[in-house]
Amino acid sequence: MLKGLFDLKRWTALIEVIPENYIPGFLMTLRTALAGLLLALILGVIFGLMSTSHNKILRAISRVYVEFFQNTPLALQVVFYYSCLPILLGGTGFRMPKFILGMMGVGIYHGAYISEVIRTGIEAVPRGQSEAAQSQGFSYLQTMAWIIFPQTLKIILPPLANQALNLVKNTSALALVAGMDLMYYTDSWATSRGYFAQAYFFSALLYFIMCYPLARLARYLEIKAIRQPVAKASLRKEIEEAVS
Amino acid sequence: MADFVKIEHLSKNFGDFEALKDIDLTVKEGEKLVIIGPSGSGKSTLIRCMNYLEEPTSGTVTIEGEVLSRKNRRELAKKYSAMVFQQFNLYPHLTVLENLILAPMKLQHVSRKDAVAEAMKCLKRVGLEEKAYMYPNQLSGGQQQRVAIARALCTRQKLILFDEPTSALDPEMVQEVLNVMIELAKDNITMVVVTHEMGFARQVADRVIFLHRGQIIEEGTPEHFFTNPENDRTKEFLSKIIH
Repeated sequence: MLKGLFDLKRWTALIEVIPENYIPGFLMTLRTALAGLLLALILGVIFGLMSTSHNKILRAISRVYVEFFQNTPLALQVVFYYSCLPILLGGTGFRMPKFILGMMGVGIYHGAYISEVIRTGIEAVPRGQSEAAQSQGFSYLQTMAWIIFPQTLKIILPPLANQALNLVKNTSALALVAGMDLMYYTDSWATSRGYFAQAYFFSALLYFIMCYPLARLARYLEIKAIRQPVAKASLRKEIEEAVS
Repeated sequence: MADFVKIEHLSKNFGDFEALKDIDLTVKEGEKLVIIGPSGSGKSTLIRCMNYLEEPTSGTVTIEGEVLSRKNRRELAKKYSAMVFQQFNLYPHLTVLENLILAPMKLQHVSRKDAVAEAMKCLKRVGLEEKAYMYPNQLSGGQQQRVAIARALCTRQKLILFDEPTSALDPEMVQEVLNVMIELAKDNITMVVVTHEMGFARQVADRVIFLHRGQIIEEGTPEHFFTNPENDRTKEFLSKIIH
């Protein structure tokens, strides 16, 4: 076993397949993750806002979405989109492009988690804030935009960065449906050559390169969220100008 | 003086609990009305109905001839009223100055420069102009409440609602807030104040109402209240809070 790990021949073989296997896989994972994150954020904001609304039906819809996608495995969801969705859509033999499939998979799944992050973030802002806004005559959207959301943002940024990190890792579920992502290329080269240690170590390194900055970002945002600003010096000049 | 706020047959229930029972009350323009009463008597609910933070179960609140409704509550709030809360409710992500200029700029569409100039005047009135560029969390409770009063002032509303403005303050900060309110009372602003500060009521109020279990059971001038209240419940309450 250990002999195989330090076998130079195997490492040379790995280096040879980097351009044709690992780079396309890495790029596919990156693209899927970015598009998936965008979709997850859009869904998360929509359903997160719905879950804090006064309308019972909107809250119920949001609840069903969150509970359904949080309580079933991502791998199952991805396989469902790959094999069952085309049949439900008429069975024309149409296969979704892998990129779209991946985006949907992680996007919808993490959208449910992000929706919860946003809901808790909004609920963490004291009720008095929206009452003060309402007493001044701000509408719901104005209150959200200028008073609630800026405060929510500070609270939700660290868990959002964590969600982004998990989303990158979870793109690996695409390998199950030949998603052309990093995990898929890793698996296929590993099994075809039998150089498992090399294949997975290198793959892990590539995932790490994508995820570690996000982990650092989450930590940075966490520290930043705790720090309270003291004053805004830039206002001084403006005040002098306005008063004079 | 013209009627400014007219409350007719106002009731408010929270589930089975009747917080307000068939209240009739008129506040004249420029009047300083103080609402007193034991905890749970409906004081806060009553004042919160005046800007529709609470939706009446039945009855109406009319402001300058317009009946408050879910539909026009924001329009009317924008036009007529401001509120000062027990918990201050300053916007913590904004500086003191930004707290004051947000509504004038976004709702009354005042230019930023004019809004800043007006805000500084209001801050001067509450004695806090040097704190303009600070964030609320840097201020003491009393200072935060004075900022909240300045925020209510700088949209130039005719009606300011004070919902127990000194109840959340440390004792040594109560007076600085009351002083600001006493100063304010010299203007022609209509003030409705829920408070336990009897000294303030005596000094400032044109009229005091005593609320008990959702009903106004006594009403009169401060002199009447503090020299010969008629209702036994009022006497009992006053004897407990005046030392």
